[in-house]
Amino acid sequence: MERDERIKGGRRRLVLLVLVAAWLGFPWLVAGNNYLLSTLIIIGVYALVSTGMTLLMGYAGQISLGQAAFYGVGAYTSAYLTAHAGWPPWLAMAVGAVLAALVAFVVGIPVFRLREHYLALATLGFGVIMFTLFKEWEAITGGLNGFFGIPPISVLGMSLQTDIQFYYLVWLFVLAGLWFAHNIVRSRVGRALRAIHGSEVAASSLGVNITKYKLQIFMLSAMYASVAGSLYAHYVTFINPDLFGIVPSIYFLIMVVIGGTAGVWGGLVGAAVYVCLGEWLKAVVPILMPDAGGEFEIVFFGLLLIIMLIYMPSGLTGAVQKGMKRFRTTAGSQTGTTATTERHEARSIGGGNG
Amino acid sequence: MEAWSQFVQLLFSGLTIGSIYALVALGFVITYSVTGILNLAQGDFAMLGALICIALVNSGVPFVLAIGLSMMAAMVIGGLFERLAIQPARHSSVAVLIIITIGASFVFRGIALLVWGTDPYALRPFAGGGSLSMFGAVLQWQSVWAIVISLASFIGLHLFFHRTYFGKAVTACVINPFAARLMGIDIRKMSLGAIAVSAGLGALAGIVIAPISGASYDMGIMIGLKAFIAAVVGGLTNAPAAIAGAFLVGLLESFAEGYLSSGYKDAVSFGLLLLVLFVMPNGLFAKMTGKRV
Repeated sequence: MERDERIKGGRRRLVLLVLVAAWLGFPWLVAGNNYLLSTLIIIGVYALVSTGMTLLMGYAGQISLGQAAFYGVGAYTSAYLTAHAGWPPWLAMAVGAVLAALVAFVVGIPVFRLREHYLALATLGFGVIMFTLFKEWEAITGGLNGFFGIPPISVLGMSLQTDIQFYYLVWLFVLAGLWFAHNIVRSRVGRALRAIHGSEVAASSLGVNITKYKLQIFMLSAMYASVAGSLYAHYVTFINPDLFGIVPSIYFLIMVVIGGTAGVWGGLVGAAVYVCLGEWLKAVVPILMPDAGGEFEIVFFGLLLIIMLIYMPSGLTGAVQKGMKRFRTTAGSQTGTTATTERHEARSIGGGNG
Repeated sequence: MEAWSQFVQLLFSGLTIGSIYALVALGFVITYSVTGILNLAQGDFAMLGALICIALVNSGVPFVLAIGLSMMAAMVIGGLFERLAIQPARHSSVAVLIIITIGASFVFRGIALLVWGTDPYALRPFAGGGSLSMFGAVLQWQSVWAIVISLASFIGLHLFFHRTYFGKAVTACVINPFAARLMGIDIRKMSLGAIAVSAGLGALAGIVIAPISGASYDMGIMIGLKAFIAAVVGGLTNAPAAIAGAFLVGLLESFAEGYLSSGYKDAVSFGLLLLVLFVMPNGLFAKMTGKRV
């Protein structure tokens, strides 16, 4: 048993090493292909948001249809404080994250008294109200015309303006975010969350303060989204309210569903698949249908969402995990290792019915 | 006098939009009562109904026939949606079913986008263009149509649920699905019927509003969400309350638009939603009930 753990630990360290090497080496591999780099940066930004959401939906079993609002809080806080108030970007990013957590706290107290349908609705309503705020509070956000001229972010006095530099920065955040999520899941909080997901009634009767844990994870997911928003704002230097409306919230939801909630990796996988599929559709569909314009890709994402939820409700990571388990049992390996991994596994979206 | 006529004008437009929301909200209530599903694609049936009707009228189909055909088309689409997307997932959690309806909404919207593009389309009013003056304000005939049709649909549905065999079967499913099944009522057929009827009602709403505010591929989302607010305010399973809720939302929006600013009207109705959810989650008209564990 102990030896298994050690081997597994060694293997995991190797995997981690390979991943870090890939992360560091990738830009040299593609040799300044800016399209690939910018695609990866966007994947990284979205992965941060969807990792937070994976924690909320997969582990705590709560649905959020307004996550883009927190993404917007981060983006606009960073934009306003750095461009108009002259604050340093890092401080602005931190303020944005705190602000997003505060908003999540204030909204979360009444929202998490609700369940199922009403919870979905309340988060949707919150999303629309925040979108209206971004649109109408022109003094701060620039309204529908958007917010121009967001200064670049700088590290140790060096301002990051090339895609390569930004790539390293964003993926540093993604790795840190994943690592943190990984630890959360294995902590007391993570166990409490899984209990809530299984059955709120059972969890609360065993003395788990469900409202407190749900609130904490909601605030955490808001902070993930907010930091991602700040990074995005500094990367593209121009933002407008449409980026933070209801449809983007649904896109984040799609990423979580695609990636699945079987592990903290789900968000990253979902973001990568979502962005790549979107880019591919943008390249292919106009060739097949020259008249197609606007956000036509929503047909495909809608279909994907339905098909995934019917046939693969635990997402890609869930399906891979299941496949690997089957492989392991047929390969005749010890059942002990599977049992240890199973402990940390989240359930599908939505939770039990009790 | 100026203020008075503005008030009446806003009242009229609130009642008009309220009657549209009422039609869609009725669909919500029927679907939710029978299947327990909150169908977020409901508003898109309004969009499909309106665009199909416009396409038919433009290709020379007589007006009344076009309305009937497009409602039928929406019902068929609703039925397909129920069979292909809802039935296979009917044992999933509530959250999964909600997300599936969101997916369906994306599909409907995307298909409309590919077929009709992003441009808005216009539909001619039901009977002539004119308008009538009342209390110093102008009321379009189309608005009268909207209000009359929504009230007529409500009366028709009421008769349907209380006087016909199928309607009574649906009511039985709502009251106690298990007992209904023991009595030989096929719940899956009821679910199909409920979603198809809701789709037809939604299509009618879209056709009625098209002459007033035009029709485009993305009109469904806001109509759907507002109707949804109306249904929640009313309590989700109570049709008369949902209609009252729809008129409340319509009037609130109209006055918010007139007296505050048009940009805030969405926030006002969603603010109402949150208020109702937080303070009286069973709707404004509900009696207090305990939650069963």
